[in-house]
Amino acid sequence: MNQELGPIASILRHVVLLFGALIMLSPFIVMIVTSLKPQSEILSADFTLWPKTWYAVENYRAALTSTPLLLYMLNGVIVTVAIFVLQVLVALPAAYALAKLRFRFRGLMFGAVLLCLLIPMHATAIPVYVLLFKLGLLNTYASLILPFAISVFGIFLMRQFFLTVPDDIIDAARIDGMSEFGIVWRVMLPTAVPAVIAFGIFSVVAHWNDYFWPLIAVGDRNLFTPPLGIAYFKLDEAGTNYGPLMAAATIAITPLVIGFLLAQRRFIEGITFTGMKS
Amino acid sequence: MSETDQQSSCAGHASRRGAVEIRGLTKSFGAVSVLKGVDLRIAPGEFVTILGPSGCGKSTLMRIVAGLERQDGGEILIDGGSVDEMRPSARDIAMVFQSYALYPHLTVRENIAVPLRMRELSAVQRLPGARLLSASARRAVREADRAVRDVAALLKIEPLLDRKPGQLSGGQKQRVALGRAMVRKPRVFLMDEPLSNLDAELRVHMRAEIAQLHRSLGVTFIYVTHDQAEAMTMSDRVVVMMNGMPLQIAPPEEIYDDPADLAVARFVGSPRINVLDGRVQGGGIAAAGVVLPLATGLADGTSVQVAIRPNRATLDPAVAAPRVSGRLVHRENLGSDLFLYVATEGSAEPLIVRQDPGIAGRLAVGEAAEVGLPVEHVYVFDAEGRRIALLASDARRRAHG
Repeated sequence: MNQELGPIASILRHVVLLFGALIMLSPFIVMIVTSLKPQSEILSADFTLWPKTWYAVENYRAALTSTPLLLYMLNGVIVTVAIFVLQVLVALPAAYALAKLRFRFRGLMFGAVLLCLLIPMHATAIPVYVLLFKLGLLNTYASLILPFAISVFGIFLMRQFFLTVPDDIIDAARIDGMSEFGIVWRVMLPTAVPAVIAFGIFSVVAHWNDYFWPLIAVGDRNLFTPPLGIAYFKLDEAGTNYGPLMAAATIAITPLVIGFLLAQRRFIEGITFTGMKS
Repeated sequence: MSETDQQSSCAGHASRRGAVEIRGLTKSFGAVSVLKGVDLRIAPGEFVTILGPSGCGKSTLMRIVAGLERQDGGEILIDGGSVDEMRPSARDIAMVFQSYALYPHLTVRENIAVPLRMRELSAVQRLPGARLLSASARRAVREADRAVRDVAALLKIEPLLDRKPGQLSGGQKQRVALGRAMVRKPRVFLMDEPLSNLDAELRVHMRAEIAQLHRSLGVTFIYVTHDQAEAMTMSDRVVVMMNGMPLQIAPPEEIYDDPADLAVARFVGSPRINVLDGRVQGGGIAAAGVVLPLATGLADGTSVQVAIRPNRATLDPAVAAPRVSGRLVHRENLGSDLFLYVATEGSAEPLIVRQDPGIAGRLAVGEAAEVGLPVEHVYVFDAEGRRIALLASDARRRAHG
C-alpha cells in the first residue's frame, strides 16, 4: 500500500478521490444553494450554483418561525442522547460478558446477537408498535427511545473491541478489588473510548435522521424530531416550499456535521481498532 | 498492618504473616489434567520459585492461589485459614503479571493507588467530588497519596508518577507493576514471569532488584518462571514442576547438585547435563565402554541412565577417574569457560565438558579425547528417570561437603 507512486499515478489517484468526494457532496451543495434562493428561482428551468437573488434571510426565518424547529431539535437531542446512553448501559456489560467471561451457552448467545443484526428494524416495527400501544406508551418520549435501548450492533462492536483488551488487566483489576461491573465501567469503558465514540456517531446519526419510526410512534407535534419537522414544509397545502425546507434541513444537519468534525479522529481510530497498543 | 509491623518487616525480619499451604490441588481444563495433586508448604517470608517448562501447570497453580481460577480439588490455606471461598481481593495477596497489566488510561500515580482506593474507600466515597464532603474520604486519599509516594521513592519511579503507561519503557512499567503490588502491603506476593518481557541485560538487573526487594520487605514471594537462572539466583526454595506435578522441592543448590529426577537434572543446568545409557554389571554400571564402580544393588542387566554435569566431567589427565574415549567434535570458547563437545560411542549426543582453557587449550577438533567421569559426581537414574540411591554413598556425600 505504501509503495512510492509516480507523479502521474498520484495525480490520477487524487482526481478519482476528488470526483468521488464531489458526488458525495453534491446533494449537500444543492441543499445549501437551494436554501439561499427564492422559490421562483428554485423552480426555474436553468440551475445556477450561485443565487441570482439572495433569499437566505427569508428562507431561514421561515424555517425557524413557521414551525417550532428549535423545539424539534431539542426533541432530537433528548431522544438521541437518551437512546445512546441506554445503548451504552446495556451494550458494555453485555459485550464484556460475551468477550471475557466464561459461561455456558456463550457461543449460542453471541450467535443470537449476530442473528439479530440481520433483522431489519422495519420487520419488527408493527409488533413493537402494538406492544407500545398495549403499554400505553405511544405518543411519548419513551415510544421514541425504548425500542432502540438495546443495540445489537453496539454489543457486537464493543465485544470485538473488548476481545483486544488483555485478560491480565481484568485479572489485575479483580485482585485490586474491583467488582465485575466496576471492571466494565472503570477499566473497559476508559480503554474503549474510541470505539464508544465511533458507536456513538453511528447511533446518533441514525436516530437523529430517523424518519420512519417517529412518523409511526408519534402524532403529537410537540414530540416531533427534526426529520418530521422538515417534512412539515412538504405537507404544506400550498405545495412544497423548497427554500424554507432546505433551510430547515441545513439547520437540522448542522449539529451532526459539527459533532463529526470534532470527533473525527477518535471516530476513525474506533473504526480501525487501533485504540489499544500499550 | 500497623506502623511497628511495617518497620520490623522493613528492617529485614521475616514477618509472621504469609504462610501458604497447598494441599492436594487438582485442576483440569476439559479432558486435560493440568494439576495432578500438588502439595506445597511455604513458610512466612520465604521466596519460592515454581520452575518448569511452558504448559507444566505452574501458571495455573499461581492463578488458583490468587483466586482467579477455581480448583477442582484440594485446598489452599493462607496463615492457616482456607481462602478457597474468598474473592481474589479478600485474600490479601498481590500479583505481578508478565504483561504488567497496568491500566492504560490512568497515570502511574493513579495506577499504584488503585488497590488502596478500592480497599480504603467505599463506592460512594470513590465518586468524583466525594472528597469535598467526607473527611474520612479525604484522610484515606491523603494516606493513599503518601503510600504511593513512599513506594515510588523505594522503586525510584518518582519522576514518572504523572505519566501514562504508554509513555514508559518495559523496565519502568515493570517497576510500576511492582509498586502497585507493594502499596497494599500484602501477605503474599505472586509473580507470574514478571521479567520475561524485558531484554536480557535488564532482566539480570531486575533479578537482583527483586531479590533485594524480597529481603527488605520480608514478605512471602511465590514466583513463577521457566528461566532457571531466575529460579537459581533469587529463591530460597525451588519447585521444579513437570506435567502438573512437582518433581522436586528443594533449595537451588540441592536442585542442581542433588537432582531427584532425570527431568530435573536435564531442565536445570546450562549447558545441559550429560546422560549415558548404562546397564548394571557386577558391582558397577557399564556405560560407553567402561565400567563405573557404582554399587546400586540392582540385578545385573537392569538398564539405567547415568548423568554427569559438564563442569564435573574432565579432560584433565591428572584426575583419577574412569575414562570414556571419544573424539572432539566441537569447541566453544566463552572466554571464562571453554566447552568441549566429545562424541562417544555410548551416547547419541556428544558429551559436554567444561574445562579451563589451560588444560584443553590446544586440543583440536577431530583429535581423540579421553573424558574422565569422576564417579563421586555421577548420578544414576532408573529407566523411568527416578534417582537411584547408591549403596556406598558415604564417600560421595563427603565429596559434596
